[in-house]
Amino acid sequence: MTALVRRLLVVLVRILVGARSEWRGCAHDASRRIYFANHGSHFDTIAVMAALPWPVRRLTHPVAARDYWGASQMRRFIAEKCLRAVLIDRKPKPGSQPLAPLERLLEQGKSILIFPEGTRATDDEIAPFRSGIFRLACQFPDVELVPVYLDNLKRVLPKGSMLIVPITCTARFGAPLRVEPGEGKAAFLERARDAIVALAGGGVARA
Amino acid sequence: MNVTLLTVLVGVIALLTAASLVGFVLEIRARKPEAVATVRNLNQRIGSWWVMVIVFGGALALGHATTIVLFALLSFMALRAFWTLTPSRRGDHRGLFLSLFLVLPIQYVLLDIDWYGMFAIFIPVYAFLMLPAVATLTGETADFLARSARVQWGLMLTVYAVSHAPALLMLDTGALLLSYLVIVVQLSDVFQYVWGKLIGRHRFSPNISPSKTVEGLACGGLSAIAVGTLLHRLTPFSPLQAAAVSAVIVTAGFFGGFVLSAIKRDLGAKDWGYVIEGHGGVLDRIDSLTFAAPLFFHITRYWFTS
Repeated sequence: MTALVRRLLVVLVRILVGARSEWRGCAHDASRRIYFANHGSHFDTIAVMAALPWPVRRLTHPVAARDYWGASQMRRFIAEKCLRAVLIDRKPKPGSQPLAPLERLLEQGKSILIFPEGTRATDDEIAPFRSGIFRLACQFPDVELVPVYLDNLKRVLPKGSMLIVPITCTARFGAPLRVEPGEGKAAFLERARDAIVALAGGGVARA
Repeated sequence: MNVTLLTVLVGVIALLTAASLVGFVLEIRARKPEAVATVRNLNQRIGSWWVMVIVFGGALALGHATTIVLFALLSFMALRAFWTLTPSRRGDHRGLFLSLFLVLPIQYVLLDIDWYGMFAIFIPVYAFLMLPAVATLTGETADFLARSARVQWGLMLTVYAVSHAPALLMLDTGALLLSYLVIVVQLSDVFQYVWGKLIGRHRFSPNISPSKTVEGLACGGLSAIAVGTLLHRLTPFSPLQAAAVSAVIVTAGFFGGFVLSAIKRDLGAKDWGYVIEGHGGVLDRIDSLTFAAPLFFHITRYWFTS
């Protein structure tokens, strides 16, 4: 039953917003990876998941904000059952371990999808990254970090609006990166953010 | 479905079968890499034509309502493609939503209930005034004139103009007129492509549309006019009138494609999407129709129906 709903959701999203994937910097494979994407709307999580090919989607768990996706039965069902999402607190209590569920998934060989900006961007800028991605990258040095740029999603469902405008979206996957030996937190976060900014260019050009 | 329409459909299917056979032979004979690429694109296009003919023929056979729904869906996909490529700001969001989910359905409902007067002015008057008014409520003034113009252009091209094709159903023998329009417009595109590939030498306008050649335009246009003249039995026109009307359809269709190409260049894109294999997006396939449909509709309505 859940599998069927899950399928329907993917089909619906693909019809509604296209959710095309474009593999620019790497090929898709089902190995353990950390995908990190820019965050334009609550629709992001669903769109990236719909854009991933099934063998990859099956093993990938997106991270979703508990205050939004856990707010109602319906949302919780979509997030946890359909998207296999991990709900985390965006403002964790001091002393808690917000990354623990993600570490467990990576240890099990699963991939995760995170949005390091933490909040949805309001203007066209990509916000500075929060440090969680750096901690995960240091803890799992053999895991590839794949930048994902979501084109147009901000226009599908902008912050503060309830209206979905079904503009066609593309998820662009860039070249994987890793923490270089001796690289500091600030330098890495900057480099990761730049990787996504670089993918933003040339949105509609096709060969 | 009446006998004439059935004959036309059989003719189109015969033509496509012939095209598929030619494509098959070319594929076997192609050797050079660029020839292989061209033939592959050609065969993708032919394959897509089969799908389009089956969808369009099927909708016509099922009746007026189905045909109107089909064109409403085409408009929807075209408008969506238009907004995928055209930049918009946060303040346009509500306008885009209303364009897609209010203005577009109303335009096609007006067709279905045969309310011609409202159909003709709904987008140029009411949507034209309402959408910028809604946009002012967000308080965003940056680029306001250009943004309002884009919203209106998107609607005029992909909804208002396109809806004039199924509007032919409001006239007597509407299904035949609609088939006639679609056949002449689309054959004109096909002939221009084929003649261009065969004998095209001189580029017509490398800036806007690098693949269009003078030879392709001239021979393709004349071929389409010839077919339009031969098919005059589908219409209330005499052969000479059919030739003149076809010339209008072909010229308007050409400029439709040309104007939409200019917009694409402006936006830095090659195609309006990737939905139809070998052709690009829906808007790439119906670009000629956007200009030809309103002209054909008004010519026919004004001079040839009571």
